[in-house]
Amino acid sequence: MAASTSQGWSWFLALALGVSFMKCLLINAYHSTDFEVHRNWLAITHSLPVSKWYYEATSEWTLDYPPLFAWFEFGLSHIAKYFDAKMLVVENLNYASPATVLFQRLSVIITDVIFIYAVRECCKCVREDKGKDMLAKPSFILATLLLWNCGLLVVDHIHFQYNGFLFGILLLSVARHLQNRHFEGALLFSILLNLKHIYLYIAPAYGIFLLRCFCFTQSNADGSVRWKSFSLFRLVALGFIVLFTFAVSFGPFIILGQIPQVLSRLFPFKRGLCHAYWAPNIWALYNIADKALSVLGIKFKLLDQNKLPKASMTGGLVQEFQHTILPPVSPLVTLVCTLLSIVPVLFSTWRRPNGARGFLRCMIICALGSFMFGWHVHEKAILMAILPLSLLAVESKEDARTFLILSTTGHFSLFPLLFTAPELPIKILFMLMFTIFSFTALSKLFRCWLVNSVEAVYLLGLVPLELICEIVYPLTHWQQKLPFIPLLLTSVYCSLGVVYCFIRLYLSVFTAPSSKVKVQ
Amino acid sequence: MEHWSLISLCVLLALTARWAVSFNSYSGAGKAPMFGDYEAQRHWQEVTYNLPVQEWYFNTTDNDLNYWGLDYPPLTAYHSLLCAHVAKLINPAWVELRSSRGYESASHKLFMRATVLVSDILIYIPAVLLYCFYLSEGSYKKKAATALCILLYPGLILIDFGHFQYNSVSLGLALLGVVGLGLGRDLLGSLAFTLALNYKQMELYHALPFFCYLLGRCIKQGLLGKGLLLLVKISLTVLVTFALCWLPFLSDPQQILQVLHRLFPVDRGLFEDKVANTWCSLNVLIKIKTLLSRDTQLLLSFALTLLFILPSSIKLLTKPTILQFKLALVNSSLAFFLFSFQVHEKSILLPALPVCLLMNELPLMATWFLVTSTFSMLPLLLKDGLLLPYVVTSLAFLYFSVYLLSALERTSEEELRLGPCQKRTQYCLSKHTLSLLIKCTFGASLVFMAGLSFTSVAVDPPAKLPDLYPVVVSVFSFVHFLALLLYFNLVQLTELTNKKGQKKTN
Repeated sequence: MAASTSQGWSWFLALALGVSFMKCLLINAYHSTDFEVHRNWLAITHSLPVSKWYYEATSEWTLDYPPLFAWFEFGLSHIAKYFDAKMLVVENLNYASPATVLFQRLSVIITDVIFIYAVRECCKCVREDKGKDMLAKPSFILATLLLWNCGLLVVDHIHFQYNGFLFGILLLSVARHLQNRHFEGALLFSILLNLKHIYLYIAPAYGIFLLRCFCFTQSNADGSVRWKSFSLFRLVALGFIVLFTFAVSFGPFIILGQIPQVLSRLFPFKRGLCHAYWAPNIWALYNIADKALSVLGIKFKLLDQNKLPKASMTGGLVQEFQHTILPPVSPLVTLVCTLLSIVPVLFSTWRRPNGARGFLRCMIICALGSFMFGWHVHEKAILMAILPLSLLAVESKEDARTFLILSTTGHFSLFPLLFTAPELPIKILFMLMFTIFSFTALSKLFRCWLVNSVEAVYLLGLVPLELICEIVYPLTHWQQKLPFIPLLLTSVYCSLGVVYCFIRLYLSVFTAPSSKVKVQ
Repeated sequence: MEHWSLISLCVLLALTARWAVSFNSYSGAGKAPMFGDYEAQRHWQEVTYNLPVQEWYFNTTDNDLNYWGLDYPPLTAYHSLLCAHVAKLINPAWVELRSSRGYESASHKLFMRATVLVSDILIYIPAVLLYCFYLSEGSYKKKAATALCILLYPGLILIDFGHFQYNSVSLGLALLGVVGLGLGRDLLGSLAFTLALNYKQMELYHALPFFCYLLGRCIKQGLLGKGLLLLVKISLTVLVTFALCWLPFLSDPQQILQVLHRLFPVDRGLFEDKVANTWCSLNVLIKIKTLLSRDTQLLLSFALTLLFILPSSIKLLTKPTILQFKLALVNSSLAFFLFSFQVHEKSILLPALPVCLLMNELPLMATWFLVTSTFSMLPLLLKDGLLLPYVVTSLAFLYFSVYLLSALERTSEEELRLGPCQKRTQYCLSKHTLSLLIKCTFGASLVFMAGLSFTSVAVDPPAKLPDLYPVVVSVFSFVHFLALLLYFNLVQLTELTNKKGQKKTN
């Protein structure tokens, strides 16, 4: 374990301060409509009574996060009024004065302190080598991978969102579980659920782990559950923690009788299968397979072009994608697929828990499974798998390999978020920095080159892909007719890597623990 | 981690910081009719692209010299021409004669920023890397840390990528000159420095040390034998380079005179705006500009400059080592900045470059100087709307140079290279007190700079004294520069005994 003296942690401060300075420099960079989303929420929570929060619809960006996040915005709004009170007027749509930008950006940067603290706690949990070289220490590498994560920088500090402190709470919860402080871990996670409900996807991992490893206090010699060791007290305590946070968060809305309205805002199933830009998952491959089949069908005269639905992709950015040959996908199907994809790992975790690290792996697979099969998945959700995977990457060679592939493809798939020309160099620079660091540092840590030649070729393929998508293609005349092709290429190419990593992670669950049991 | 990845991470960090600063405003954005340096650079592209070489420096119907007329040497003009050709390919409206005046658009800004980034990548960054990895001492990590600190120097980033200029070209060339001389490639070094001189005439601030160092080396090799040959070779290199740069203007003496007249505008006065040099600071007490005639001013500034550069130059002549050379570069350029005629606040970048090279030897003093130099440009940066990047880059630079180069721990007399003066100081000051005293002064000065930066943004100056903040900023910086000039002179002039002492202990 690393020395926790201030001397031993000065490098951590340097990393954290360095990245914070970098974030501050990005204050005047491009920000997406999510900036307006959060400004609108500030205005709603500040100027309207609680009873109207989930009914207000002046802006199209209605409040669709759980109540705790609304309270968070409410708290922020009381500082915001000292910067520029006009941003707190609901009717001031798309208001972005310099003071507003400064305040909103600073609010992200400052709440990231939670993330920084969480990273520090995670670093303390890492098994440490006794190497002299500070730059090759697992805790240093982990801290850099998390703090300087290029995806997080792009999504939070350029695109604009508050993922930093949310991931901070998640990582802190993971760290508490690794430190065997399970009540705190559970409390943090249930707070997190009430801040952003996307984390519901990983709730099954938490449920199984807490039940199996915490409520059952002992295991048999072969790793199976010892039924007699069940602790009712722990279960009740956990239940109380969860109910309590939910009561605090949703209580006011239960009293107001607004729960159906709140839930309809939180789970808008009216959106399409895929987001405007397809996240690199199974459905991107499914869509492209459908398109390819229809093109082939028309070419070989197996299909009649007139009978097919009107070409559905020519609009460029399409919300609804109509499948022509393959059956359409309903939300229920995606839900079943998601559940099917995570049941095996949950089952395996139940049978052979393998401690908090096993739980972490299970959680990552849940996150990635829901990313692969979920309904209307955003490309940003990949961070939910990449960030926790960093923890495993510094401890095992195989995980490091998965991490390198997943993080490179996942971060690359975030590129379409920033489509403005001035931000092009910045995203490439961040990506290069992160990739060079992660590859060389992890290779040095495990003293070998981690990816094999096929994987290396696949990853290097991202370079020409980027050149084609963002430099060559916009210069051709196809840009006018088929503007969506670069996005499509990016998401299909990246989805191959993500699928591959998903399979690798799954294999690691079913191969690694059995060998460990043998060793024990 | 492998060495190459450490270097590339440093470079990528530096590039990211540069590009992030470039998101901000530039000088004269939206300020018709004159705009600012951004428009000047664009205008030079317009002029060089559309007019024949003979008209570049002359006032004609198509070339109004009162509207940002070309006043830099030919290499700058060629650089503008090159950029103009690229601009023409992308959007001809950017360099259209006359009609493009005051052209501003998001894509044009992107193009201009990109040209700065490209020249930085091609010249300045390689020069810094070469310097750090071949001429600075210490472990590999130490070298990388030095490189990172030099590359993150906020003054240059803010002026080039915020305010808008191409200082990285001339400074990079001058640095390549230092590297060339340091590696014993005297001819290549002189070539690079001559190019720098032909890019910006302000590089003259560095010229005397280059001359003395090279002459000193020739003398060392024997002025009648090898040294003479070397001297001839160097002079030939310089002359040929000059001739090539000035080739289009050599046909007519009138041309040469006109270019020189444009380069050295004596009629623009002793100083402009608020600049942290002697004249502007003295002006607070005595109105020199009205008191003395222009010729007296010229003479006085010339005499004082000469007085301050002579000792260090003579010392360098007798002892041409690389450390002496770097110190002499600082002393010469700083003396020019403080005492010479017609100095701009941005000229502080010229002394800042050699001070950057001393980051490894004198971390605390170098950091102090570099932070102060950025601070001295505060009024300019505020005018350009660069407050945010100024604050962030300054804090980042301060933190990293103190952390990575352990500036605060290296404050003993030996580390400050004050060993030779020890005898005199030890009567009144113990070793410990000196180090403490310096650290406290450093802290107090930082607090003052932070406070003054804050008040000049947050509090309006009294109605009677609208220029209060710029004057306080420049006088405060001037005091620092003068003190540091004396310090660097002291270090340079006493360096010999220091070395001898070391040899004895060895």
